[in-house]
Amino acid sequence: MAFLELRNVSKSYGTGKDKVEVLKNINLSVEEGEFLAIVGFTGSGKTTLINLINGLHFPDEGEVLLNGKPITGPGPDRGVVFQNYSLLPWLTVYSNVKLAIDEVMKSASKKEKDAQIRKYVEMVNLTHAIDKRPAELSGGMRQRVSVARALAMNPKMLLMDEPLSALDALTRGTLQEEIVKIWGEDKKTCLLITNDVDEGIIMADRIIPLTPGPNATLGPEFKVDFARPRVITEINQDPNYKKLRTKIVEYLIELGENRKAEQHAEYTLPDLKPVMPGWIKWGKKPSETDYERSKHI
Amino acid sequence: MKDSIIKVLRLIGLGFLEPLVRLCVGEQPQKNAVLFVKKAIFPLVSILTFLVIWGMGAQSLYDKDANARIEKARSEQGEAAAVEMQKCIESGDVSCQPNTLPSPAKVWAAYKTLLADHWTISEKKEEFAKKTAKINAKRAEKGEAPIKYTGRPSFVDQIQTSLKTVFAGFLLAALIAIPVGIIIGLSTTLRTSINWFIQILKPVSPVVWLLLVFMIVKTLLSESDSDKSFMISFISVGLCAMWATLVNTSMGVATVDKDFVNVAKVLKLNVFQNIFKVVLPSSLPMIFTGLRITLSVAWMVLIAIELLAQSPGLGSFVWEEFQNGANDSNAKIIVAMFVIGMIGFGLDRIMATIQKFMSFNKADVA
Repeated sequence: MAFLELRNVSKSYGTGKDKVEVLKNINLSVEEGEFLAIVGFTGSGKTTLINLINGLHFPDEGEVLLNGKPITGPGPDRGVVFQNYSLLPWLTVYSNVKLAIDEVMKSASKKEKDAQIRKYVEMVNLTHAIDKRPAELSGGMRQRVSVARALAMNPKMLLMDEPLSALDALTRGTLQEEIVKIWGEDKKTCLLITNDVDEGIIMADRIIPLTPGPNATLGPEFKVDFARPRVITEINQDPNYKKLRTKIVEYLIELGENRKAEQHAEYTLPDLKPVMPGWIKWGKKPSETDYERSKHI
Repeated sequence: MKDSIIKVLRLIGLGFLEPLVRLCVGEQPQKNAVLFVKKAIFPLVSILTFLVIWGMGAQSLYDKDANARIEKARSEQGEAAAVEMQKCIESGDVSCQPNTLPSPAKVWAAYKTLLADHWTISEKKEEFAKKTAKINAKRAEKGEAPIKYTGRPSFVDQIQTSLKTVFAGFLLAALIAIPVGIIIGLSTTLRTSINWFIQILKPVSPVVWLLLVFMIVKTLLSESDSDKSFMISFISVGLCAMWATLVNTSMGVATVDKDFVNVAKVLKLNVFQNIFKVVLPSSLPMIFTGLRITLSVAWMVLIAIELLAQSPGLGSFVWEEFQNGANDSNAKIIVAMFVIGMIGFGLDRIMATIQKFMSFNKADVA
């Protein structure tokens, strides 16, 4: 039995004329210890999907099962890393993590709690900033605190909602490695939502595209079977990597174009350009073929 | 040194002196000189202009009233009486002075009189305290209440009484409004069911509150000998002023950022943790805005209430002076007006400073 299972899940907002079907017929199963990435366009319902799994929202149809039991609300078994960090600005790094520790270690002594808090802050390399408030931290550091807070609940599953999308490329790369390292250490089940195909390939075992909403649903899965630990520079040279990346990107572009063709005068989709893999990001100069391809987008 | 001085000045709301400080250390002299003129000299000029206009207005009113008096004497008692009246007015005799808006100079004189009066009264009080020290000590041994000075309170005493009343009222308002605001902010049902009550009571005039409180307190305390007029005035002040805090607190609590609400849900915080770690801190800025409004309303309402309730304080001082009709009564009323205004301004500055400490910038964080 899969660890997490979504069966025919649909979710819509609003009623009557304003009703928007965000997700439709989502079927997904995640095995224990797996690292799954869901890649999708902006506004395709990625956050809705993660809210269904973390228990903040409930599906209109279908069911979300965790270990075979339907989800009834948020729980300490699922740690969430929010897109916009969502740290409490009036609390220090220590106190922000303490909130989570207090929840899962209710009966523990002060000393035990303190040790745990320091352990998780250490895990994300923030010990030097433990008494700072979020306003004094950089974006990357804030997201680390958010990761530490999610990990501190010692969840069976880590849900990450575009955790790195607001960060610059360099910080992104470091944090990607760190998250994968932490995941590798105690093999939590991870669900990563992202709009960046590269991020998915570097981090995940499996990538599933989410078609653009409304009525977003999951596309075919792409297995990522590169050996771990994956080093960005090495993987970049791998022809298989390029092949896989091209396959996923082309699938997404095709989806986007189909979508555009379906749209009528009512509203136009934003003219999205998926980040061309291998560009600026890894410091590689774009080649002629890259330029050619970009014209098609 | 310079930076810390500027920081303190900004904090206490004297930011307009900043260019002067920078000028003193010789930083960008030209720019700071211009800034100093703009920020400090221009307001000073406007104050002087105000005083001049006031002085001229007071003079013309004085002349008008003086002429009216002379004409009245002439028409009623003939020419001789008119001449006498004019002489009397020019001599500055108290019995025939025009009674109208006092000039700035008269107000300043009245201010000095009030201050001198305060010193004589405090001397009297000290003497009284010395005289009664022994008797009071004996009375204390017997467990009796000490003999208190019951003479006329000075202007400064009145200010103290007023401040005491306003703080008592403010505390009462905060103690009622913040907890109630949090409770109704957390529950939509409660908010909608109580909303009519708040909306109807909010615009009720201080006078009506006073009468209502009077009815209740009079009955409740009919047997006790505590200070009824103080009780009545501070409770009315509190009830009049608490609405701003109540509405702001409930609004602040009801509109906690969705991200924070989600965090609280995902971390499964219990009710108390949710209130003290998430809801309260995030609505503190709104609560303090409410408290600031409450304090200024409390001070404004206090004067009217003291005036009506005959409880000691600045309000009753103004009313007594008005009833008194002495030669410098009008000037004393104007002094009271400025004192009231300045204390109100000071209270608002204090609250604004506290408010600065309490607010956080969400934009820095998200």
